[in-house]
Amino acid sequence: MSVVPAEFLPGETLAVPERDPAAPAALGPRARLWPSLAAVYRAQLSRARVARIPLLFVATFQSVGIMILMRGVVDGGSEAQAVVAGSSVLVVAFVALNLLAQYFGQLRSSGGLDHYATLPVPPAAVVLGAAGAYASFTVPGTIVTAVFGCVLFGLPLTHLWVLAAVIPLAGAALAGLGAALGLLAPRPELATLLGQLGMSAALLLGVLPAERMPAVVQLARDLLPSTYGVEAFARTFGPGPDWALVLGDLAVCAGVGVISLAVATWAYRRAAVR
Amino acid sequence: MCAVRGLTKTYPAARGRRGTPATPEIKANDAVELQVRRGEIFGLLGPNGAGKSTLVRQLTGLMRPDEGTVDILGHDIVRHPERAARILAYLGQESTALDDLTVSLAAETTGRLRGLDVTRAREERDAVLDELGLTPLAARPIRKLSGGQRRLACFAAALVGERPLLVLDEPTTGMDPVARRAVWAAVDRRRAERGTTVLLVTHNVIEAETVLDRVAVLDKGRVIACDTPAGLKEKVAGEVRVDLVWRERAPLEVPEVAALRSRADESGRRWTLRLAPEEARAVVATVTGGAAFVALDDFTLATPSLEDVYLALGGGAQQGLVKA
Repeated sequence: MSVVPAEFLPGETLAVPERDPAAPAALGPRARLWPSLAAVYRAQLSRARVARIPLLFVATFQSVGIMILMRGVVDGGSEAQAVVAGSSVLVVAFVALNLLAQYFGQLRSSGGLDHYATLPVPPAAVVLGAAGAYASFTVPGTIVTAVFGCVLFGLPLTHLWVLAAVIPLAGAALAGLGAALGLLAPRPELATLLGQLGMSAALLLGVLPAERMPAVVQLARDLLPSTYGVEAFARTFGPGPDWALVLGDLAVCAGVGVISLAVATWAYRRAAVR
Repeated sequence: MCAVRGLTKTYPAARGRRGTPATPEIKANDAVELQVRRGEIFGLLGPNGAGKSTLVRQLTGLMRPDEGTVDILGHDIVRHPERAARILAYLGQESTALDDLTVSLAAETTGRLRGLDVTRAREERDAVLDELGLTPLAARPIRKLSGGQRRLACFAAALVGERPLLVLDEPTTGMDPVARRAVWAAVDRRRAERGTTVLLVTHNVIEAETVLDRVAVLDKGRVIACDTPAGLKEKVAGEVRVDLVWRERAPLEVPEVAALRSRADESGRRWTLRLAPEEARAVVATVTGGAAFVALDDFTLATPSLEDVYLALGGGAQQGLVKA
């Protein structure tokens, strides 16, 4: 090809002097983690107004419907506690795991990640900002479901404050899982499928009382992070809850959250630059 | 300010699956050399599949080349792809990351992710939206805008948080003339005030001729020419283009018309001929009289465009750069 040497080109369009080619130009600022995380979080949260509100209703109605169905099956006691806790955490699974997996799957396949990848933003800010926003979307639905369930099954509302720990921690674990699935899936359909499967697992293994399940299912139940959120919440309904066990369950959620968000961040890096 | 040397990228062959046929190995960029100077509007022109987007993805650090170097303002982008985000602003073809945001929040968030603090991001957002005439749309979600407005909103986001190099992939697609003018006015202002350089990927030959300082023509992964639009057109200055549009079909019973057929690019009722000026005069005389004129719907006589340059250079043979 012909790279036309500069001296043969028509006159400079500009009076701006050429830089000393030996000295690299100053780089623009890097976006710092927390401010950019806050910016991504705020932007994602605002998407709820445009795109997510109908789905939040779906998540809540689904859980409320399941509880009404289960009222004919379980008769109070620990089973009722498991159903209410499971239905509440299901809202988190629906939004944080399923919808976030779909979102990242679509973003990746459509080339939307290029936007973030050409900004000097830490990968963790993009992943944590989106995961945080999706976990926040679940708050109203989870609270509505929990209160409705308590009223429906005659459970005490005393310790519902524990949701303040259950939602963020189960949210972190499930959103991290959702983000990782969405970013690792080679095709968006697969991301959707994995998200749906994750939610179905949370539904079957979290809502249905564990005592009636075969051993294999019980094992699968132990492997699913949402289970620990369900158990932590369910334990607080009884008289004199064992707070050490509640804390233990929540610690598992937190641990899974840290690991899955780290995997998601790695997956984002991998998906952004090919 | 931006030097590309020996850039080569090959996409590996893909095995066929059900529904998708196997594709052979594709050399998307083949030893591409470019030298973009500061303050220039430099264009990459070429048909679909010429390797423009692959080249741009390597310049913006989104893709690693197999071979070659990319130097932007003294920074080695192949070795440090993360530095690209701190030197350039990129407007890609996709807006999915911004679609659900309002115009104003998209611009502000992008500015913040370019490292601006809240106050600066908001100031620049307001200034850019005002400059591009987007203020009335500021509170509308980008998804709900028309294609051209959406493009303009993404362009606005690309301008918040100043960068010395703008890489714009078909920025004016779908825009009305007013929005187009706003884009080029914004680019010119930055060029005059700050010496901003623009690397523009385009399909649009007419736009390329009017806004570009220099243009590299890509074909099958290679740069087949690189010069000013005027300089490129001089290569085919001896020719003019005659377009003939027949009413129903070409009157081949007229011997002069039948003789022209072998030299014409036919597309439906339209014949395109590239001729020396005196030949063109003779052709026009023939078709504007007698039996040929009865069959003629319309004709145009034009000086060569970049499209003609591209075809004269032997690029892509039949289809040309754009569907006119």
